[in-house]
Amino acid sequence: MKAFAALFTALDQTTRTSVKTAALAEYFSTAPEDDRVWTIALLSGRRPRRAITTTKLREWAAEHAGIPLWLFEACYPVVGDLSETIALVLPEPKTRIEKSLSGWIATLRGLDNAEDDVRKAAILEAWDGLPPIERFVFNKLITGGWRMGVSQKLMTRALAKATGIEEAELTHRLMGDWSPDKVSWDSLIEAPDPTADLSRPYPFYLAYQVDGEPHELGDVSDWLAERKWDGIRGQLILRGGERHLWSRGEELMTDRFPEFAQLVDFLPPGTVMDGEVLAYDREAEAPLSFNRLQPRIGRKTVPKKLLAEAPCILMAYDLLEWQGADLRQTPLVDRRAILQDALGALPPELPIRLSPRVEAETWDDLAKARAISREIGAEGLMLKRLSAPYLAGRKKGDWWKWKVDPLTIDAVMIYAQAGSGRRATLYTDFTFAVWDDNDLVPFTKAYSGLTDAEFREITAWVRKNTTDRFGPVRAVTPHHVFEIAFEGIQASPRHKSGVALRFPRMARWRKDKPLNEANTLEDLNAMLAQYG
Amino acid sequence: MVLEFKEAGIYCPAADAYIDPWRPVPRALITHGHSDHARPGHGTYLATEAAAPVIRHRLGDIRIETTRYGVEHRMGDATISFHPAGHVPGSAQIRVEVGGEVWVASGDYKTIDDGLSEPFEPVRCHTFITESTFGLPIYDWPAQDLLARDLNAWWAGCVAEGKRAVLGVYALGKAQRIMRLLDPSIGPILTHGAVEATNKVLRGQGLILPDTIHVTDGVDAKSHPNAIVLAPPSALGSAWMKRFGTVSTGFASGWMRLRGVRRRRAADRGFVVSDHADWKGLNWAIAQTGAERVFVTHGYTAQFSKWLSEQGYEAGIVETEFGGESLDDVEEAEVTAP
Repeated sequence: MKAFAALFTALDQTTRTSVKTAALAEYFSTAPEDDRVWTIALLSGRRPRRAITTTKLREWAAEHAGIPLWLFEACYPVVGDLSETIALVLPEPKTRIEKSLSGWIATLRGLDNAEDDVRKAAILEAWDGLPPIERFVFNKLITGGWRMGVSQKLMTRALAKATGIEEAELTHRLMGDWSPDKVSWDSLIEAPDPTADLSRPYPFYLAYQVDGEPHELGDVSDWLAERKWDGIRGQLILRGGERHLWSRGEELMTDRFPEFAQLVDFLPPGTVMDGEVLAYDREAEAPLSFNRLQPRIGRKTVPKKLLAEAPCILMAYDLLEWQGADLRQTPLVDRRAILQDALGALPPELPIRLSPRVEAETWDDLAKARAISREIGAEGLMLKRLSAPYLAGRKKGDWWKWKVDPLTIDAVMIYAQAGSGRRATLYTDFTFAVWDDNDLVPFTKAYSGLTDAEFREITAWVRKNTTDRFGPVRAVTPHHVFEIAFEGIQASPRHKSGVALRFPRMARWRKDKPLNEANTLEDLNAMLAQYG
Repeated sequence: MVLEFKEAGIYCPAADAYIDPWRPVPRALITHGHSDHARPGHGTYLATEAAAPVIRHRLGDIRIETTRYGVEHRMGDATISFHPAGHVPGSAQIRVEVGGEVWVASGDYKTIDDGLSEPFEPVRCHTFITESTFGLPIYDWPAQDLLARDLNAWWAGCVAEGKRAVLGVYALGKAQRIMRLLDPSIGPILTHGAVEATNKVLRGQGLILPDTIHVTDGVDAKSHPNAIVLAPPSALGSAWMKRFGTVSTGFASGWMRLRGVRRRRAADRGFVVSDHADWKGLNWAIAQTGAERVFVTHGYTAQFSKWLSEQGYEAGIVETEFGGESLDDVEEAEVTAP
């Protein structure tokens, strides 16, 4: 684990991407092959099953450090990370155990079915035999939740550097439902068998927000415009008589959307489509709000009642594989033509639609179409270059999202809470309120949108202006007004204000606005009536 | 009570004097020259001989008397003496005895010998007033030789890669302590004006510091390619740094013990070093005093006083306006010297 801990330290000690890539590439060229596979797994969010509860870890660590449990618990929010807290409070190691990363993982696996006292002895032995950084890494292996400041993209770039295999190809190889237990370095990276995993998705192509004026993109006829639907992105894979539905976060959602099962009978094997999963009103032929889709996302299986209340469709907009052939290098205009033919022949009862083209002669036409997005339940427009291939990951140039401007409201900050992890010592999570006569009614929380400098400034202010404490939450003097931006608004009986916002964030700190000029509950209700 | 906690600061009624007051008072006893302890506007000041030059330098024209460590001063019914706190050169704990009852206000202190400040001396007392800047068991400082090894390895690594090492440090205390740990065979030490001003004051009072070069026009990456640069944290990332070309940045603070803080600073390296006591140091110091009662000032006051109560002390919390090496300082990169 020395090599892995050294890698961790190297990554942790720099903010420069080039240095991180070099450190990873070096590791992928020199570390034992089993360790490399595990490292890829950990960095792509595939963690070993948690063998020991964090409650036990806390108790054992406090006991071993000779401090009461409450004091350990008092340290945790300061550090913001359980593994690190444990590593920091424990006494200096007594011995030095040399074991590889995969060796330690095997040790932890061996504890899966062991008695508590056996587990405890093994964990204490490890803690006593590892220097602080390895101890931290070891704790991370137990608790999961890796964040090493390395995106999957960066890791893939380093792998490409170490192996000479192309980045896009590696991205594809690393996708899907593989487990570090069952694959080797060879079968995963060097010489994968393409038929081994029928569920393996293609890397999603992600769009950037238009940063200038859309007409700067050139001739409007070079572009396909579609609605930007407000659902969840999904890749539907039909292969070998089975179906698989992947989310953009590489999570299998197949069982959550049983309605797609019937598509296997209507489309040929070897079909892979990219689209948006939407709750959909079949009679009106219109999408339902994201709110209706929400309960379907959270659960592993769907009761009949929910299935009837929130029927879903795939709003398909791209075809990545057809009759078993990878179409990604084919221009969009041709991919879409095949997709249109394939879907046009299907009976309308099936839960799939082709995302319609928004017709336009000029950029102005598109601007007008965009302006009505909210009314038809869309977030804006997507612009896709007709001649472009389907790329992997977020790439500038061929796909753009042209979202409607967010809704905004000026609100008063009334509660503050410290963040976690990197932000554990800053107040970053705030509750905001609007006026209802002379009362401030809380209506949303937000934790993003400010710069680090602004968070430091507001943190210093919160410390000095706390009026009350409820656990980790501090009530503060109502004073600061923030412009809250959000994408949508819904009625919500669960909230005191009666509304729930979608994607709320702090757009601006309105230092120029006095307290009494913040918006009112009436303003909020007017927005609800218009856009809810 | 020998000492009372008042609006203006820690007050001794028998001597009619305040210790490190934060509002203007007629008579102030000052533990050391950091800005949250030595404030302007008092009638008279009393501080150690070694602390006075920095206080004068910072506060200008003030009425200041000086004393040596251990010398007893009679003020009214109180006997006052200053004892080394090990925090920065000249820093003191202030011992106050009234009618045989002894209180010690420790100001800021650390228990390890930094090779620069007069080492901390435990003073027996009935009541001890302690800081708790790092009063949680997660704070455990590495030994000074390990710190020196890490610093010099980083600096030598920078030289090998053709970069300048730029280290963010507080201008009073930390900067000079680190200078003395640096290996002069690697290269020259360059200093920002804020650090050099403090160096000048300390050299003037007889402290031996390594040679430094004040960064002025013409002092840059070309003229001193192997240099390490010591600058206040606020200078890190500023336009002032452009002259050093490619740099590796480091930050030296007790808060660097925490990965979250280290990462947020966005410095390339964090070195764990503080002029405040760590958890073990605080507990050791308190035990050494033999005090029955402990008042906890700035830091993790609630947690630390609860811990002390469980250890059998009569412990209480005192709200003060001391900042110490506060996390805000690390975040805001405040500096004390001009």
